[in-house]
Amino acid sequence: MAEAAATTRERATRPRLSPLNQRRLQNFKANRRGYWSLWIFLFLFVLSLFSELIANDKPIVASYKGEILFPVLVAYPEEKFGGFYAVTDYRDPVIQDEINSNGWMIWPPVRYSYQTVNNAIPEAAPAKPSWLYDKKKRCSQYPKGEADENCTIGNWNWLGTDDQARDVLARALYGFRISVLFGLILTLGSSLIGVAAGAVQGYSGGWTDLLFQRFIEIWSAIPVLYLLLIISAILPPGFFILLGLMLLFSWVALVGVVRAEFLRARNFEYVNAARALGVPNLTIMFRHLLPNAMVATLTFLPFLLSGSISTLTSLDYLGFGLPPGSASLGELLKQAQRNLNAPWLGISGFVVISVMLSLLVFIGEATRDAFDPRKTFK
Amino acid sequence: MSEPLLSVRDLSVAFAQGGTQSTAVDHISFDIAKGETLALVGESGSGKSVSALSVLKLLPYPSASHPSGRILFHGADLLSANEKTLRGVRGNKITMIFQEPMTSLNPLHTIEQQIVEVLKLHQGLGDRQARARVLELLTEVGIRDPQKRLDAYPHQLSGGQRQRVMIAMALANEPELLIADEPTTALDVTVQAQILELLAKLKSRKGMSMLFITHDLGIVRKIADRVCVMTKGRIVETGPTKEIFANPQHAYTRHLLAAEPKGKPPAANAAAKAVMTGRDIKVWFPIKRGFFRRTVDHVKAVDGIDVTVRAGQTLGVVGESGSGKTTLGLALARMISSTGAINFNGQDINQLSFSAMRPLRRELQIVFQDPFGSLSPRMSVAEIIEEGLKIHEPKLSPDERDDKVVEVLKEVGLDPETRHRYPHEFSGGQRQRVAIARAMVLNPRFVMLDEPTSALDMSVQAQVVDLLRDLQARHNLAYLFISHDLKVIRALANDVIVMRNGQVVEAGPSEQIFSSPQTDYTRALISAAFRIETAPIGVVSQ
Repeated sequence: MAEAAATTRERATRPRLSPLNQRRLQNFKANRRGYWSLWIFLFLFVLSLFSELIANDKPIVASYKGEILFPVLVAYPEEKFGGFYAVTDYRDPVIQDEINSNGWMIWPPVRYSYQTVNNAIPEAAPAKPSWLYDKKKRCSQYPKGEADENCTIGNWNWLGTDDQARDVLARALYGFRISVLFGLILTLGSSLIGVAAGAVQGYSGGWTDLLFQRFIEIWSAIPVLYLLLIISAILPPGFFILLGLMLLFSWVALVGVVRAEFLRARNFEYVNAARALGVPNLTIMFRHLLPNAMVATLTFLPFLLSGSISTLTSLDYLGFGLPPGSASLGELLKQAQRNLNAPWLGISGFVVISVMLSLLVFIGEATRDAFDPRKTFK
Repeated sequence: MSEPLLSVRDLSVAFAQGGTQSTAVDHISFDIAKGETLALVGESGSGKSVSALSVLKLLPYPSASHPSGRILFHGADLLSANEKTLRGVRGNKITMIFQEPMTSLNPLHTIEQQIVEVLKLHQGLGDRQARARVLELLTEVGIRDPQKRLDAYPHQLSGGQRQRVMIAMALANEPELLIADEPTTALDVTVQAQILELLAKLKSRKGMSMLFITHDLGIVRKIADRVCVMTKGRIVETGPTKEIFANPQHAYTRHLLAAEPKGKPPAANAAAKAVMTGRDIKVWFPIKRGFFRRTVDHVKAVDGIDVTVRAGQTLGVVGESGSGKTTLGLALARMISSTGAINFNGQDINQLSFSAMRPLRRELQIVFQDPFGSLSPRMSVAEIIEEGLKIHEPKLSPDERDDKVVEVLKEVGLDPETRHRYPHEFSGGQRQRVAIARAMVLNPRFVMLDEPTSALDMSVQAQVVDLLRDLQARHNLAYLFISHDLKVIRALANDVIVMRNGQVVEAGPSEQIFSSPQTDYTRALISAAFRIETAPIGVVSQ
């Protein structure tokens, strides 16, 4: 035994990825388009997670009477700066003057949040992107005209404003974030439920499988849109209510593939071998069967994600989605349809949605390649 | 010598994978004359099937490529021929039969449809002519009542019958060359003998040439005129069969010839403690019919069998496929439910629930037939072997477990350093050793071995048999050894039961069974296994 122990204790030097997974990673990287899409998507997503620091109507850091303030993180009441409202409007020239005369402040690159109304647009909303106006026109609504210190590049509406004078860039950025987050949570939730349901059905077979399948058939025959209409009349619309409702119906998508994999694999000889060793059912499902089903599941995921995102967008577009006022790409499209004279709305919405979905589809394609055992690359 | 029918010159095959080229076949050359049978012999991975497939350009191009070589058929090069010319040759002038008849027939087409397709494609026969020809072919390959079989689907036929249908398809267009890629490996020994006899008969009647690929030298001796011995992508020796067998030149050929399961089983000892006894074991599968799924009859897979397996002794269970030997083994190991009394270690276990069985599983292990299927491809060898330990000895620390894994790997003759590799990096024989190690690490008393050598090459079989005998002697194990291969049984078992249709045909000490078999069935099994001879019709299944 001592000799055996001395031979090796090389647990640590063992490669983290199994050869199978290494091959998959290689296949994934070999699909250049998908690989780049993944990085671009991750970059955009991480960037959008920090939207508050990029587009906001509050300064990131301010110094006032010797005190360093973080308006982005903390909601200071206006009293602090000599006003009387509960919330400070840092875009108000009076407050700005007060802070600037007693210290300084650093603004994010875009001085609008998704709800901020720009009171100084040069013409009736929706206003064109600021770079389409000359300096005189652009500054015409500020109290001091071209000399006004708020007529800076930070107050530009790079993609114009919508019909409520809100900045389209800020709305697109926040809308992208909420869409992706919604999609991710929904995908995660529905795959957890779907895989569990599929696993139980496939592994048990027999009556469990039969009854569950009939239930799913009935369940997926319920028209989701009507149900959403009815429920949105009863419950207040909101991110989590919408998520819950969608989750009720979207978990069905994965059950089929997972069940099929479990049905196929439960009679594999190595599963029988594990049974012969006395391995409990739950362990067999996790250790021996789930990895088989994961290939099908992971291949499906990116498409499920893009599906969830477009569902949210279309619900928003129809007006049954997120509550009014929240940043949403669907709402941007709706505005574009109402204001055909303002093409920047439609173009911005279209570009954001199509880039996002294309990236996801490309990633999905590369994932599918990665898990394809017969794929060969030269 | 006249112009050869097929002449392979300096052929190489390379496969590209993940940017690297690996050479599967390395500059081989051979000729086949008209009416001659050439056997390509070698272990799995030696490149023999790949060579045969390249004759018809059936490899997965473009990942496969031919860096060198020509394949001349009637003097014309097939490798540089275009797809149209090749289609004219495939299934017409040169035909192939494959190893696994179940997967090489389309499960959704009837026998008639499959054969007619070949006939229409190459000969343009009309429906009625084609049907007549199909009947003729089926009669020729020895399918009884061909009229009734025309509408049968592949799953309704036995393995031997399926292989006969494959042969009928291959013969449909009167080919000049038949390539047979291990046509009998998936079949029982008795059926194997029948198929080989059929092929030899057809070959001489039609004057075809045959390229026969196999790992079994017994078959080569029976069927081939000349032999090419292949290893690692090269042909190391070529010559007439008789000369090769009488006077092998190359070391590898000698190694192959010496690789027969040898040795003697443990001496029978009726006084040894009975580890596992079964009394009147029955496994009946109900046949349900009608709307209410009433049970109208039973398939009697195992029908009232008594067995006793003693410590340090081996009970061999033999029979053709479908005779119920595996079902019997699974019933004894409580992997399927059965009726009758199963006594393990003095305890009746047939009524125990799955969880009550769990502690007993440690002493009651199974080694499965297919070493490729029985090891999870996603777990390293160490994880595979540890799995049982984690359940039965949860108190062991990871290091102690690792020590046990190292120890058992040494015991089964594998390098412990390889324990962090994955099963696909091992050869078939090594995988079977891993499967044996998985069972042995738990120190069982009783091991059910379900055809553990049938999926292995001949030379590897002998090694595994030796290993099993060693382990038995060292740990006083009781084996239930299931096999259709009597050669292996003779080398391992001291007691034998012969099964047919779920019942025991003959039972007794193995010397007695082998020296003076009492029934025709046993005699047929023995002559098929040792001399590759067929029995009169009706004694064994087709």
